[in-house]
Amino acid sequence: MADFFSNTYLGIALVLIGQVLLVVVPLLVALAFLMYADRKVWAAVQMRRGPNVVGIYGLLQSFADFLKYMVKEVVFPAGADRFVFLLAPMITLVMSLIAWAVIPFNDGWVVSNINVAILYVFAISSLEVYGVIMGGWASNSKYPFLGSLRSAAQMISYEVSIGLIIIGVIISTGSMNLTDIVHAQDGRFGLFSWYWLPHLPMLFLFFISALAETNRPPFDLPEAESELVAGYQVEYSSTPFLLFMIGELTAVVLMCALTTLLFFGGWLSPIPGLPDGVLWMIAKMLFVFFMFAMVKAITPRYRYDQLMRLGWKIFLPMSLVWVVFVAFAARFDWFWGAFARWG
Amino acid sequence: MSVFAFYLFAICALAGGLFTVISRQPVHSVLWLILAFISSAGLFVLLGAEFVAMLLVIVYVGAVAVLFLFVVMMLDVDFAALKAEMAKYLPLALLVGLIILMQFVVAYGAWEANGAAETLRAAPTPSDITNTEAIASLLYDKYFLLFQLAGLILLVAMIGAIVLTLRHRQDIKRQNVLAQLYRDPAKAMELRDVKPGQGL
Repeated sequence: MADFFSNTYLGIALVLIGQVLLVVVPLLVALAFLMYADRKVWAAVQMRRGPNVVGIYGLLQSFADFLKYMVKEVVFPAGADRFVFLLAPMITLVMSLIAWAVIPFNDGWVVSNINVAILYVFAISSLEVYGVIMGGWASNSKYPFLGSLRSAAQMISYEVSIGLIIIGVIISTGSMNLTDIVHAQDGRFGLFSWYWLPHLPMLFLFFISALAETNRPPFDLPEAESELVAGYQVEYSSTPFLLFMIGELTAVVLMCALTTLLFFGGWLSPIPGLPDGVLWMIAKMLFVFFMFAMVKAITPRYRYDQLMRLGWKIFLPMSLVWVVFVAFAARFDWFWGAFARWG
Repeated sequence: MSVFAFYLFAICALAGGLFTVISRQPVHSVLWLILAFISSAGLFVLLGAEFVAMLLVIVYVGAVAVLFLFVVMMLDVDFAALKAEMAKYLPLALLVGLIILMQFVVAYGAWEANGAAETLRAAPTPSDITNTEAIASLLYDKYFLLFQLAGLILLVAMIGAIVLTLRHRQDIKRQNVLAQLYRDPAKAMELRDVKPGQGL
């Protein structure tokens, strides 16, 4: 039996499909409740009740929304490029799901443990912009087009600083494998061994850049309601719109996972002595997601020129200087080796 | 399995390249081009060069093709008219293409591949280090000065582009962000208690 699963093509394919389902199905179910949690946090900050009708405390609201989107009619705008119009939401969803292939949830709990995992995640997140651009262009409408242009410029700008921040972490670890990055944060001091302490300024930069990269408030300019109605999603309805929404939220959760892995030690326990495990990973991701939801609730939207200025004139120089600093600190073993974990 | 993957990526790359050229809609052309890029990245992965593959996706698909798409979407060019004009030059282009094809035939007809080429290509790096480290040791140790020189050339190109497009317009109002941030709320605004039924 073990021979069948490790040696024949059919067996390997079955194992792979099983692993993929094991990641994707819990992820999608979790998304439904995360969307609910997002709305509840938002509502609580604004002293509203939020969703509270469907199910106990409104817990089934996301599933009701899901059904509503599924049974509605797909409307194609006149003059829309139908093929690209339908391709765009699919690309958004697929791109946000395939990045999870390299995310380790526990020691060895990863679908594909590749050497360049962090580069792979970075590459996939840079592809996510295509769903937005294609959707905006194919709608053959003005608001979507403006929204997609904004989004393209915004995502490219903040990718640069995210890339440089990741380089700092890679220098400290000496590896691009996400499992190695987590292992490098395993130390005697529990949560003080994680990268958030030596890389503290970059944690904030990464968090803010992640907000901009995933088009979350206060950087949700591509879909700014007051200016562009809903940006690139204006012409979308029914299932395509649902795919866009799931794709965006998956990208947000991916950024939570990435923040956890890069700065908060993944599945490592914060207190020395307590066992490590997947529950820590989930708890940390939920914490980061809570921060995402809080930022959405308490910050006003940026103006577009402010957003660009922040990305290019503040974040880029800061992260660039930080890479140089980390390189020196790692090479000459400053701060008792906090920046060089390669031994 | 890897043979199957190779043909999948190869066919996708070729189809992408072909449709890039013959597609009527320029935006579709760019999308096909992206397919070609991603398929070539897949071919790099099959060769064991995963670092190069990821860089190809990040740089070409994630940045260059987005800018292509940007420009092409904003262009207001009648591509049908351009294509019609192209038909005029078709015989000349065919002639040039034929000559190049013949040169290739002559060159490759005389070319004899080394017997060990197949194995050398399959394992371009030693097995004890990852190919990321192999590339790094080449770029940053062996060819360090050349690498820096390439960076300088890019810097010159960047400065050139900025110099060509930079112009200081006197007639527009500019924002001074620092001055805005350092404004004193006490001087910038005034609170007045307005009595009901009365104006200011």
